[in-house]
Amino acid sequence: MEQPGVALQEGACYAEVTPDALDQSKYVELVADPGAGAIASFVGVTRNSFQGKATERLEYEAYIPMAAKKLMEVCRQACSKWQVRRMAVAHRTGTVLVGEASVVIAVSSAHRRDALEACHWAIDELKATVPIWKKEIFQGGEVWKENEEWRQQQAAARLAERGTAAAEGEVAAQHFAGSAQPGAG
Amino acid sequence: MLEVRVLFFARSRELAGTNETTVSLEDGSSTKTLLLLLFQQYPQLEELRGNFVFSLNHEYLGTDEEQQLKAGDEVAVIPPISGG
Repeated sequence: MEQPGVALQEGACYAEVTPDALDQSKYVELVADPGAGAIASFVGVTRNSFQGKATERLEYEAYIPMAAKKLMEVCRQACSKWQVRRMAVAHRTGTVLVGEASVVIAVSSAHRRDALEACHWAIDELKATVPIWKKEIFQGGEVWKENEEWRQQQAAARLAERGTAAAEGEVAAQHFAGSAQPGAG
Repeated sequence: MLEVRVLFFARSRELAGTNETTVSLEDGSSTKTLLLLLFQQYPQLEELRGNFVFSLNHEYLGTDEEQQLKAGDEVAVIPPISGG
């Protein structure tokens, strides 16, 4: 199931979801900036094993328009948290063989610390928020993977949601008790 | 009546046996109504119960969040993600 890609450009941020092979140098060049003293990049590649099993390939599937939007949000947030000159994030869809790249992040900044930290934060945030899935095909089977970063973020969100709901329930209960009192008295 | 587009991804796509469907709902229906209807229409989704969220027009909804739907909305079933 080949999905056509999409690329978004907003100010200093570039986000792309593509079925094509990723070339790290393309994104490093995209973030080149005369005011930059550093360019940090991250490349996520398919490993040949998982927990002792030989991985044959990964199959990536994306909710393309939402994934591109969420990748752009990751870029924008990184740019607001660190002093970033330019930033690019690209994720591949479809079959990604062992040794091939599934994701590339490139960040330029005046000083190295901003680029390095923004790059590190961005890959974790991507794994927690961007609607992309991978199925791992290994010898003798296949499995849909689940990111720990997503699980943690969902657990935290549920806790916050239920905390609010519980607090609202408490307020409602108090209100009920309060309004019930005159009638009871 | 109002019609919304529902998209399935990853495991939910395999279970539903389709990428997407169009669902007709009573005016004023919410995502909770849609959820009930999807489980009726695709009982296989039971496997994922409690383990997916909806997105509504490209924004995530909270697990317990209920939103009113309007004609032309795009809802997606989002099982645990695994990008990167």
